[in-house]
Amino acid sequence: MNKLLLNTAVSAALVLSASAVNAAEYVIDTKGAHAFVNFKIKHLGYSWLHGRFNTFDGEFNYDAEKPNASQIMVNIDTTSLDSNHAERDKHLRGKDFLNVDKYPTATFKSTNITFNNDDSGKVTGDFTLHGVTKSITFEIDKIGEGQDPWGGYRVGFEGETSLKLSDYGINYNLGPASTHVDIGLFIEGIRK
Amino acid sequence: MFKNTPLSYGLVAIILHWLMAFTVIGLFGLGLYMVELTYYDSWYKGSLDLHKSIGITLAAILIFRILWRVFSKQPKPLGTNTKVNQLAHTAHIAMYILLAVIVVAGYLISTADGRPIEVFTLFNVSALDFVFDDQADIAGKVHYYGACILIGFVVLHALGALKHHFIDKDKDKTLTRMITPLKED
Repeated sequence: MNKLLLNTAVSAALVLSASAVNAAEYVIDTKGAHAFVNFKIKHLGYSWLHGRFNTFDGEFNYDAEKPNASQIMVNIDTTSLDSNHAERDKHLRGKDFLNVDKYPTATFKSTNITFNNDDSGKVTGDFTLHGVTKSITFEIDKIGEGQDPWGGYRVGFEGETSLKLSDYGINYNLGPASTHVDIGLFIEGIRK
Repeated sequence: MFKNTPLSYGLVAIILHWLMAFTVIGLFGLGLYMVELTYYDSWYKGSLDLHKSIGITLAAILIFRILWRVFSKQPKPLGTNTKVNQLAHTAHIAMYILLAVIVVAGYLISTADGRPIEVFTLFNVSALDFVFDDQADIAGKVHYYGACILIGFVVLHALGALKHHFIDKDKDKTLTRMITPLKED
């Protein structure tokens, strides 16, 4: 009898949580800064230079039951580039690189997300940078998911991809070791 | 000899004038040139360091020059056309103001993240305790456009002096009195 009650309770809880998960729209937690758009590029081939974009926003859908129906959209304010050196940032924002006066936003919009298993998959989507839009595919990992201590529900992912600068019309010569930049996306979503 | 008189510029004013004239024109050329250098040019870093070092030195000379001007008598204008005299005077004041604005803007570009400016690898000029949003970018635009306007005034100023010398046949010694102090009769 007790077992039956317990089973019922557990099934009820599962149904409840499943229906809750169906409403799986998330906003990227940029307000609390639990999300990062980082980049790194080789310096002369001898070391890594790291930087990030401080201002961006985005939304995604994710449901652990139907992960392949996921979608994501991110808008990046290219003027918010920060490599911890104002003179370099000024140069990177200028015409030699991102030309942010003309192209103040970079965007990514997924067209297909396919998970291989619970925790990893591939995202394909259109990335627009420096006025050039290209379809890119990169691997992502799910970091974790669950209740937060303040009454909300969160899930986090990470993904990294390498972009060839000249594909996006950025042709400034940084040397043979520095033709590509690695972009890392680290996001935590709060369920709406 | 060293100080200005009602008719003549003194040696101090003359040296300051020409020292700054060549420095400013040199910095303008260097500035335009260095931003066109690319990453693998051997002078990519050195040109910038030199520009900053000379710029800070120029700032010190500018402060001395402004003080010298404020505390010494200005020779009287030689032209008789008061409108032209007024124009020349306005151009002089505008050049002082522009120089100050350009120097301050240049300083604000390089110190926008709290890093000091190294002067000829001899000493550092510290950053201020505050920064404002997009400081390097805004100061960069002010620095560039300020310099372009300044060079416009320099051309106007030089054409004026050459006009006095060649067209007015130097009756009034406008150009030559900025080259050698006049002998007092």
